[in-house]
Amino acid sequence: MAVGIARLAVLVIERDLRLAVRRWDQVLQPLVFFLIVTTLFPLATDPDMSQLRRIAPGVVWVAAMLSSLLALESLFRPDVEDGTMEQWTLSGQPLAWLLLAKTAAHWLLSGLPLVVISPLVAAALGLESSAWKVLILSLLIGTIALSMIGAIGAALTVGVRRGNVLLALLVLPLAMPVLIFGARAVDLASHGESAVGPLNLLAALAMISVTLGPFAMAAAMRISVES
Amino acid sequence: MWTWFHKLASPPHAYRAAGVLKPWFEWPALLVIAAAAYGGLVLAPPDYQQGDGFRILYVHAPSAWMSMFVYVSMAIAAAVGLIWRMKLAHAFAASCAPVGASFTFLALVTGAVWGKPMWGTWWVWDARLTSELILLFLYLGYMALRASFDDPQRADRASAVLAIVGVINVPIIHYSVVWWNTLHQGATVTKLDTPSIDLAMLVPLLAMIVGFMLFFAAVMCDRVRAEILRRERSASWLSEVG
Repeated sequence: MAVGIARLAVLVIERDLRLAVRRWDQVLQPLVFFLIVTTLFPLATDPDMSQLRRIAPGVVWVAAMLSSLLALESLFRPDVEDGTMEQWTLSGQPLAWLLLAKTAAHWLLSGLPLVVISPLVAAALGLESSAWKVLILSLLIGTIALSMIGAIGAALTVGVRRGNVLLALLVLPLAMPVLIFGARAVDLASHGESAVGPLNLLAALAMISVTLGPFAMAAAMRISVES
Repeated sequence: MWTWFHKLASPPHAYRAAGVLKPWFEWPALLVIAAAAYGGLVLAPPDYQQGDGFRILYVHAPSAWMSMFVYVSMAIAAAVGLIWRMKLAHAFAASCAPVGASFTFLALVTGAVWGKPMWGTWWVWDARLTSELILLFLYLGYMALRASFDDPQRADRASAVLAIVGVINVPIIHYSVVWWNTLHQGATVTKLDTPSIDLAMLVPLLAMIVGFMLFFAAVMCDRVRAEILRRERSASWLSEVG
């Protein structure tokens, strides 16, 4: 039965969301990790609020990046292990599109919750409430790029046993521009300046990674599942 | 027209060709580097600000240039290997990575050594140094990915995808780091790109870059031969080579 391409994406996203609801603890884990990492910084540096406020944009963004990295591990692995991914590559449907839908579902489950709880962390680190809007916006755009870049790495390493550290090694250097622009946008906003420039560049990165990323993912996935 | 290309793809032919070509790169490399070193270290006048300290430039700048050049060559070879399924291109890409990483490392170390007397510290978060450091991480990631597969063909193709993704990212990383840097700190004390560089300084620098390229070519001849031997160790043509 022929299925339209939009319907296909909806099916994939629906399936992943349903699976996530049944294993909701796995969705929560990266979030808890995000909170724990941000707790580390006041403990390791200086609990003085004026100090924390200065490093808050960087702390939130580094924590978000590490947390999205942690979530990537479970992005493709279950589907590759139970053979679903092999069926997808043989299905005749565009694999890049399927993986894009899957990564979108992943973003809904790992990126979006981060965006939602980020004001909580920002408040705890003493970030001015006037900068929250930019923080939310920068994370909203930035986590899309992080998910897409990370998914390429996940597709490459899914065939490797114990690929977690390798995944970090591959993805973190590639994701550094996202961190630079994201943290810079929040930093500018916290000083009461316009953050339009870095936000635009962040959006450009998200756009490039959404358009080109799926093809790299598909190429990597074909290599990973065939053996 | 394409016969030379197909011939190049055959391991025995490439093995012999690399062996024949090697001395043609090796000796000119030695001569050019020696001449450029003489030009740079003896003939070039001392810098009016940095004195003789700037002379490390003759190692630093060519290494930095090579670190980018090797990455791009690696990515091109990887793309050729991926698109035309040419095993030899993969062998070339695999041989590139450690050489490129070494050039990157050399650029970083000479940058630090240069920075100590000029900036007063071994390391500053200068845009060029930082993007060079990220490039080193990209090389290390590429080598780590390649090493993590047991099957060499899967290692070839997976790392080829990574190299192509990386080469698209290199300019993005570079410019984002430059942009990040210019907002963070004021103009650094001394920068290489002073508007006019004396001709007596420039000529040895360009010669040194040519020398480094020749050196790279000579090293690659050896490395590709070794890589072919490793990959074709059970092939029958090897017994004829002796």
